[in-house]
Amino acid sequence: MIGGCAVETIPVDEPGLVDDFIILATTTSTYDSGLLDFLNPIFTEETGLEVHVVSQGTGAALETGARGDADVLLVHDRASELQLVEDGAFVDRYDVMYNDFIIAGPEADPAGVTAVTSVVDALTLIYEAGETFISRGDDSGTHRMEQRLWESAGLNPHGQDWYNSIGQGMGETLNMATELLGYAIADRGTYVAMEENLDLVIALEGDPALFNQYGVMAVNPDQHPHVKYDYAVIYIQFLMSDKGQNLINSYQANGKTLFFPGYGLE
Amino acid sequence: MSRLLEGLVEAFRLIISLDPELLQIVFLSLRISIMAIILATLIGIPLGTLLGLKGEKKTRIINKIIFTFMGMPPVVAGLIIYLILSREGPLGVLALLYTPSAMIIAQVFLAAPIVTGLTMVGVRAKGGIIEETARSLGASSALAAWTVVKESRFAILGAIITGFSRVIAEVGAVMIVGGNIAGKTRVMTTAIVLETRKGNFELAIGLGLVLLILSFIVNSFLYNIQKGGGKN
Repeated sequence: MIGGCAVETIPVDEPGLVDDFIILATTTSTYDSGLLDFLNPIFTEETGLEVHVVSQGTGAALETGARGDADVLLVHDRASELQLVEDGAFVDRYDVMYNDFIIAGPEADPAGVTAVTSVVDALTLIYEAGETFISRGDDSGTHRMEQRLWESAGLNPHGQDWYNSIGQGMGETLNMATELLGYAIADRGTYVAMEENLDLVIALEGDPALFNQYGVMAVNPDQHPHVKYDYAVIYIQFLMSDKGQNLINSYQANGKTLFFPGYGLE
Repeated sequence: MSRLLEGLVEAFRLIISLDPELLQIVFLSLRISIMAIILATLIGIPLGTLLGLKGEKKTRIINKIIFTFMGMPPVVAGLIIYLILSREGPLGVLALLYTPSAMIIAQVFLAAPIVTGLTMVGVRAKGGIIEETARSLGASSALAAWTVVKESRFAILGAIITGFSRVIAEVGAVMIVGGNIAGKTRVMTTAIVLETRKGNFELAIGLGLVLLILSFIVNSFLYNIQKGGGKN
């Protein structure tokens, strides 16, 4: 199924120019990768609406939205998002784009990760070799995915001396992996955007377990009457429109596409 | 308001439960900041006394530089120390980045100018006359300087208290050079930032209150020596 067909159900009206702003709670990965700095000015030019971006881990972004401190969310923890829509915290959720995760590591590859193709094998090699691993540790979508991957490998790295849980963003995590010659799980977007400044290579990619779906959704105005729901819908319409989806697909950093439009999962 | 109350409850729960992870964070915070203030004092008192005893005119440009460094943003201090200790940096071979030692170095960088500057001001306020009196009574210049330090002790202790308050409370520098690694370089302030980002506001406020209580205990100890700058 392709998410595009759902787009047509949103009524598209002519927004006209509005002198106001919305608050977008999003993950560090969309912000650090430069995608929002590319998309939002185009949106503002078209609608007059400014977008104030609050970039946090997905966990914090979901909490910010659920408390009514934002109008619209762009996050990547599909299971939690669907649950929160079910619970009534959010409405109008769409699979807006996807990218994938990679395992980044030092060029010397001391754990021998490049020799395997599955993420479970890769994590097992890192675990057995006791090689330095940097974890986001911030309850973000990336961190939650990493935790699920360790679980599916049947391993518990917590408390191991080589496992560093740093409670910071993707950028800081990759910087630390560079400094400490360690491995880290990163979204491709942030990795590519930072590649030049990092001493890391892609040690593993392409395992379907590493797909990363982003969702966009509005804070439920029935729960928080003060949110700018109408404007949030305009933003969602913009991202889900043909133009918005093409813009997402056209965005590149270091000559590489970072996000792919629509629905990336089977 | 209810969040603040919940935070208060959380703070008491944290203190009563003596959670080993929390204790480890608390001890690391104290260890780093106390070590940093000791080193900053060892640098700041001699330097501040020396500058205070020299005339204001002779040291004008140094004074201005020290006062500027007293207002150094912690993130800038952190960034400078980060670049020095980074693998690519001049001291990269020492492998100190993301260790408590790196955090101590960054905090000394923040606290030493404060101790130096405030000591200098305190010494300059009384130093001239005391030094002259001591010298006229036949004291050597070293002994005269020591006399000045003794007589300026309230101001100097005030400098140390200010420096300690600065380092125990700052987050920007220790986040950058320490990296907030759980069990290794996570301190009170970086833990508060993390819990806030995760949306655990009660825990964050609870940790904040524990930090304030710790600060109160350390400051009470120092105050009992200094007695608010008053007479003996």
